[in-house]
Amino acid sequence: MSLPSMFDTNRDGKPDRTILLIAFFLITSAVLLVSHNGPLLEGLGSAGQFLKNPITEAFFVSLFLANILFAYLWKAAPWARALVGVASLLIVLPWAGREDTSLLDLSIQIMIFAALALGLNIVVGLAGLLDLGYVAFFAVGAYTWGIFASPRFAEILRYYGENPGATNAGTLAIGLFLTVVTAASMVYINRLTSRQAPTATSTWSFRLAAFGLVAGLTLAARATIVLMSGQAEGLANGIDPGFFWLFLALSVLAAAIVGVLIGLPVLRLKGDYLAIITLGLGEVIRVLANNLDLYTAGSQGITPIRSANVPWFNSLAGALGFTEDQHYLLFLYVLVLIVVGVILLVNVRLDRSRIGRAWIAIRDDEVAAQAMGVPLVQTKLIAFATGASFAGIMGMIFAAKQTFISPESFNLFQSIGVLSMVILGGMGSFPGVILGAAVVTLLNLRILPGLGEATANLGIPQQVNPGQLQRLIFGIILVAMMLLRPEGLLPNKRRTLELHHEDNQEDDSVDGNAGALGNTGAEVYSAGVAPAKHEDNAGGRK
Amino acid sequence: MDLATLLPFLVNVIVGGLVLGFVYAIIALGYTMVYGVLQLINFAHSEVFVTGAVVGFEVFRVLNGVEMNGYLKLLIALLAAMLVSGGLNVLIERLAYRPLRGAPKLVPLITAIGVSLILQDVLRVIEGFQGRFDLTYTLPNGFANKFCAAESTCAPLGNFLRGVGIDMQLKDVILVVVALISLAVLNYIVNRTRMGKAIRAVAQDRVTAGLMGIDSNRMISATFLIGGALGGISGVLFGMKFGTVNAYSGFDPGIIAFTAAVLGGIGSIPGAVLGGLTLGVIQNLIGVTNILGMVVGSENLGAIDASYQRIGAFIVLVLILIFKPTGLLGKSNVEKV
Repeated sequence: MSLPSMFDTNRDGKPDRTILLIAFFLITSAVLLVSHNGPLLEGLGSAGQFLKNPITEAFFVSLFLANILFAYLWKAAPWARALVGVASLLIVLPWAGREDTSLLDLSIQIMIFAALALGLNIVVGLAGLLDLGYVAFFAVGAYTWGIFASPRFAEILRYYGENPGATNAGTLAIGLFLTVVTAASMVYINRLTSRQAPTATSTWSFRLAAFGLVAGLTLAARATIVLMSGQAEGLANGIDPGFFWLFLALSVLAAAIVGVLIGLPVLRLKGDYLAIITLGLGEVIRVLANNLDLYTAGSQGITPIRSANVPWFNSLAGALGFTEDQHYLLFLYVLVLIVVGVILLVNVRLDRSRIGRAWIAIRDDEVAAQAMGVPLVQTKLIAFATGASFAGIMGMIFAAKQTFISPESFNLFQSIGVLSMVILGGMGSFPGVILGAAVVTLLNLRILPGLGEATANLGIPQQVNPGQLQRLIFGIILVAMMLLRPEGLLPNKRRTLELHHEDNQEDDSVDGNAGALGNTGAEVYSAGVAPAKHEDNAGGRK
Repeated sequence: MDLATLLPFLVNVIVGGLVLGFVYAIIALGYTMVYGVLQLINFAHSEVFVTGAVVGFEVFRVLNGVEMNGYLKLLIALLAAMLVSGGLNVLIERLAYRPLRGAPKLVPLITAIGVSLILQDVLRVIEGFQGRFDLTYTLPNGFANKFCAAESTCAPLGNFLRGVGIDMQLKDVILVVVALISLAVLNYIVNRTRMGKAIRAVAQDRVTAGLMGIDSNRMISATFLIGGALGGISGVLFGMKFGTVNAYSGFDPGIIAFTAAVLGGIGSIPGAVLGGLTLGVIQNLIGVTNILGMVVGSENLGAIDASYQRIGAFIVLVLILIFKPTGLLGKSNVEKV
């Protein structure tokens, strides 16, 4: 499977729109550049005032972003589509962002949420596990970097310097020894059980070793912190920003580990139970962030958090005419762009891999999938960990961008926001999910506040100010999409079949009797569309 | 602190937990009834319940200037809350859940979350127009007093409570009495009436119930009506117990009540009550661990404060679901393939 095939879905019979696409791109780019150029707007007088209006501005930004969508959707010459996509993201947006930093900021936010939505899409859209605590992984990533790259780290070192307990080099040695021994025995037991059936003894010794591993790591970590406590003054502003790249990997790892830890006990549950328990565990992580004052500074939050130090990029940005304070934003923009690209690529590859088909099998019918030899827990755990790791890396970038994190950024409402992106775009459909993220983020950050500002002088009471109605609007998105178009704006073909197969069948669900089959109500029909599904499962192109 | 002072204190903590538990139990019934019939977690129930609390607040506010017996005011508040919440719940079912019957389970669940978000903002806007956010209950005179202030005014029950050292407010006693009456009425409706029989039949097997001439849609509406009415009652009781309510305050009690329903075995009515009472007591005990810490002489226990109560509920939920997913009184549900 070659990469271009992911952009090349079936578009036969549509007229060629190359010229339209290029024209649209040129016009919207020009409007975007003009409407974000302060001095130029001054000169335009009343037309400039109109362009500066928050609503028109939001409208033009949306139109511009629609370019990328059209480049994906329309039938056009491949070079034109590639050109529009690349030029929009790499030339026009940064160029406009040079005049108006908030545009860069907005694009970064959109991409952060796009990555989150892509991660949640794996869990909900592909594997069918409704996770309402997804933002917890985002928090893990954010705090992983936030604690180390801020004055918080020095505080922790100082605390342990004053309360060393019995920790010294000896404890470190014991901790490391314990870690190595238990890790080795875990690997050994694992090898053993892969050859012969696990016995009660092997299971228990594995658990014991796992416990020992945690203990060893804790001892080693604590001893390291105590031994490092002398450095507290030198690290008053956090660790060296050069560690950013290491932590980029670590945050992925940390979030994935937390995903597995949360997943292990709860993934035996299904449907609503899983939803409510993930909601609960998400809240637990938030409450912990709120209460572990030493590590997370509680509800005050951690600030300032450093970003990476990239001198060569700064000089490049300087050469391109960006001012000093825009450098880090441009850097983050490029970084997020690359990361989202990688995540998208990973997603597409995973979707078409064995594991992706296993996820879809589990989503469609868990029992049948198990009967076909799909290892349930393992497959679900991989979905959880993959989704979590995307959230982890974006959490870290989010922390670096905001330079401030507090537990309030990671509440249930955020989780539901990401969920509504996935649902709006279409569960299981990658371009759809990105579209959903863009629409919801634009709505939240530009359109609603813009409407709020515009209506401020119209005498509309403060209570119904659109800027305040986020919950209402999210709620309406969720309900309306479920009632009218459950497959989302840019549906996944396979998913559409599944949600609408009743339309083509003899249907007894109309008078409310289909659900009587209880848990199996929806799945019972899947036999009828099996051939169609089979075709789709076989791969991307037909 | 020695045992002689600790024991009455613990008894009071447990009694307080039971009172709280009755509120949770009545909310949990709203979840459990809907789940029993539709196998759907009605996420919007926490907002239905807050709506009841808001209606109760408004009734008390309006009636406050009127010269009237306090119990009559409470009765009016309860009836109004039952009516509004019950009606709202039926409306939600009609508009949001009924069109989705037979869709994959994820679909109505997400709809329920959406409905819950919509209701939160609608409530906030409605109350916001009057310039209110936190609604402080003004109860009729005397409701917040000790159940029996002086020995001369004590009824026999009051004397008994005093004798064993239980310290209750009048509103707590009213709360327990109202909860018990609602439980008795619910029990009567579900187990003794034709409608209750029909509801149970629909819960068991909708197709067969339909073949027997039961209009399953009407019975589902009836279930939502009863569940909503219970939500209304619990809203008023919650407002009485905690004093303040706002549009977003349904989340915490909602999640605890859901935990209670699962703990007891979701779909089982006695289970919901048992679960509610258990969680109420657990929650109150977590709230006082700092005092226990003083007793044991450990300072670390003091660090576990009220903000961990919510975590407590979730940990209980995780443990139940891992070790006994059917709950304490639930029946196991064999999945047919």
